[in-house]
Order: sequence, then structure tokens, then C-alpha cells
Amino acid sequence: MSAPRIVVIGASLGGLHAVGTIIRALPADFGCPVLVVQHRAESAPELLAGLLAHESRVTVCEAQDKTVLLPGRVLVAPAGYHALVEPGHVSLSTEAEVRFSRPSIDVALETAASAYGPAVIGVVLTGANEDGAHGLACVRRRGGLAIVQDPATAERAAMPAAAIAAAAPQWVLPLERIAERLVAETTTGAREATG
Amino acid sequence: MALPVDTHPDAEAELERLELDLLLEGIHQRYGYDFRGYARASLRRRLWRRATLEGLRSLSGLQERILHDPRAMERLLGDLSINVTEMFRDAACHGALRDTVLPLLRTHPFVRVWVAGCSTGEEVVSIAISLRERGLLDRALIYATDFDAEVLAQARTGAFPLERIQGYTRNYLDAGGVESFSSYYSVSANSAVFDPELLSDVVYAQHNLATDGSFNEFHLVVCRNVLIYFGRELQDRVLGLFDASLVRRGVLALGRKETLHGTAVEDRYEPLVEAERIYRRRS
Repeated sequence: MSAPRIVVIGASLGGLHAVGTIIRALPADFGCPVLVVQHRAESAPELLAGLLAHESRVTVCEAQDKTVLLPGRVLVAPAGYHALVEPGHVSLSTEAEVRFSRPSIDVALETAASAYGPAVIGVVLTGANEDGAHGLACVRRRGGLAIVQDPATAERAAMPAAAIAAAAPQWVLPLERIAERLVAETTTGAREATG
Repeated sequence: MALPVDTHPDAEAELERLELDLLLEGIHQRYGYDFRGYARASLRRRLWRRATLEGLRSLSGLQERILHDPRAMERLLGDLSINVTEMFRDAACHGALRDTVLPLLRTHPFVRVWVAGCSTGEEVVSIAISLRERGLLDRALIYATDFDAEVLAQARTGAFPLERIQGYTRNYLDAGGVESFSSYYSVSANSAVFDPELLSDVVYAQHNLATDGSFNEFHLVVCRNVLIYFGRELQDRVLGLFDASLVRRGVLALGRKETLHGTAVEDRYEPLVEAERIYRRRS
């Protein structure tokens, strides 16, 4: 596998705790940009990035249009916008909701797969719908790595279960083991790329 | 001799990029619409959506269809024109326009506003209402432009689906509206038809931000959630166009997640309402 260059994490119901658990466990020198897509109401106050930044060692901020992807920086898709991955940055869009969601996890994963191919790590966490399943399958098809939260450990099992069925992920892991997997994958990739 | 065929996923992606470039080039040369500078990820999704709806399996297939069939091109234009809009969308922004921007314009004997990428006209109505409530509508002229003739025709009717009015009323009140929103429209069948007098000083015109130039001087340019569909170079072109179209100390209102930060015109503007991405020309 080539060096991972982007991690995309999608979560829905129960996601604040799940995403927070992963982000807080990432080391300050995490070598990869991260995009978080968390379902929430369009009218939700813009607190998510601040909440995730709390007690985390990586930088967390809300994505604006054309925000640059930087290693060790976590971008959060803003409520009411799709976040689309382009080479090196994130573009936003107010196109119609996809599967009743904006931001849509499928849109973020699908565009990441298109822009970064095998260098994508897609992560699907807890949720009560099926968003992310199609996008994670795109990541797999383009040779990327798929990680899904073990539905048994998820606050809501439907979304990770759908992702497992659609994408046959390389890893199905309990929540608390996902961050270490991300660190291992990004470090191995870097070593292979330089070696 | 057999040609080398690379079926690696990366090679397929490379091939698709070539198909996409050729399609955009073909559209530009054949129809004059220039999408080459658009942000690729969203464009690609919409092109594929059209290809799938047309029963086609590749972007080259779509290219053949589009080049030979102008009606297919019209259908594609419908896909490429983003028409997700609301009246008083983002209450805080409209509140800032009403309470901070419009009072600044009061000193001008005449006020010209450009709503760029107006789509079906919801934002135009919102701004006309705020201008009226600030006592400026009588001496204001609003230019509402879009590249898509079809949405402009819709905007010109001043009629909007009735089922959306309840949401717009809530937006209006959230934005600090103090009148009765229903006083601005009358109900006809399933439509809310807005007061023709409210929209009598609106000029609707076809204008393509990607290819057309500046056509007047404005005190306020409103262009919200349009630049997000453009790549960075095209964004700089369009911001340059707005810059050439604004009077000294003119005001530019962008979408909530759009920013002048890092663009070619950044130094020429100061934030007027930072959180709402409303900027003012320094000179």
C-alpha cells in the first residue's frame, strides 16, 4: 500500500463520543490530514470543532471552502455543507442532501477515493442510517483501506453494519482500538514510502 | 503491436481525468459554457449523475451525447446549475446586511446592488424586502444575474412554491424582520406571488461569472455559496471581477464558509462583519 495521505472519518448518531475518542488518542505528530464528517442539524451551533479540539493533541478546526489538508490537522465538515475532497484541499457544496444528510459521509469518502485512490483510509463509526456504506465501498474499490467500528461496540449498529456489508473492510475494530490502528497504518505507510 | 494497457485503479482514474478534461473542452468549444475552472470533485459527481441518467457508462460517452445533441446539453446545464436556495438563508447574514450594511449605503443618492448567481431569485426577494424596510428600495436598483437562462425565467415570475413559505417566514423573523412576512406576497394556487412593486427595480440578466466581464459599478455585491463551486484560479478571476465592479468602500458579501483569506484580492478588503464574511473595500 502507498503512503496514506488522508483519513476520512464518518459518524452519525452517537458520533460525538466516538469521534472524540479517536481524535483525543491521536498523537501531536500524527502524519496525515483528517476529515471528520459528523451528521447534525443544519441549525446546530458551530461547536463541534471546539468540542473535539478539547483535550486533543492534534489541531482541530472547521473546514472552510478550499481549506488546505495538512498532516496532523483535523478538519470538521461544517453543518449544512457537503465536504468534498480534492487533491490537497477540501471544497464545500450546498448541493441537495444525499440520503437525507448534508454533510454526507458518502460524498466525502467517494471524493476522497477519487482524489487520493489507494492513499485513503476511510473510517465508518456509529449511526442509525446507511450513510458511508457506498462511500467506503468506493474507497475499497480504489485500493484504499477501510476501517469500521465493531457494531457490537457502537452506540447505534446500523451504520457500521451497513458499511461492513457493502465494503468488506480490512478492519472491524472496537472503538478504542481504531486510533492505534490509524497510527500504525500511517507510520507503516510512511516507512514503506521512504524505504 | 499491442498498445500497453494499464488497468491499475490509478491508471483508470488518470484516464477518467483525461475524459473529464476533454468533455469540458468540448462543451466550451461547442456551446461556449466554460466549466474548466470549476472545482473538480463536485463537477465530477454531477457529470456522472447526468451520464448515468442518460444511460451512459463513461464520460467519453457523455461527451459524444452532449456534442451531438443540444437537448442533452440543456439537461446537463440543469445539473450544473446549483439551485439550492432559500429566502433569508442564514439569518445572521441577512441580519448583518440589514443592520450593518444597508445603513452604510444610506448616504448614497442611488444604490446599486448586484446579486451574482441569483438562481431562482429567493435571495433577490430577501434583499429587496430588507431594502424596503430600510427605506432604500425607492432609490435602489438590483441586478440579479445567473448563467442559467432557465432559473432566471423562474426568478422573473416572482412566484415561489407555497410550501416553502413557512420556512422562509421563520428565516425572516430569525433575521430580525419586524413586518408581517405575509404582507409581501399574495397566494395564487400553490404559489406565493411576491408584490410586483417590491421587484419592479430588479433587472434580471444572463451573466456568466466564468467568462463575462464587469458591466456596472455597484455599492454592494452579494455572491453567496457560488464561489465554492469554482476552483481557486477561477475564484480569483471572479473576485477580481467583483473588485472591478465595486465602488470605493463598496461592500462584498460572501457565503458563510467562503473567505477572502488567501485570495488575490485579500489585501484590498477589510472585514466588515467577519463572522458573516461581509467585506468592505479599503479604498
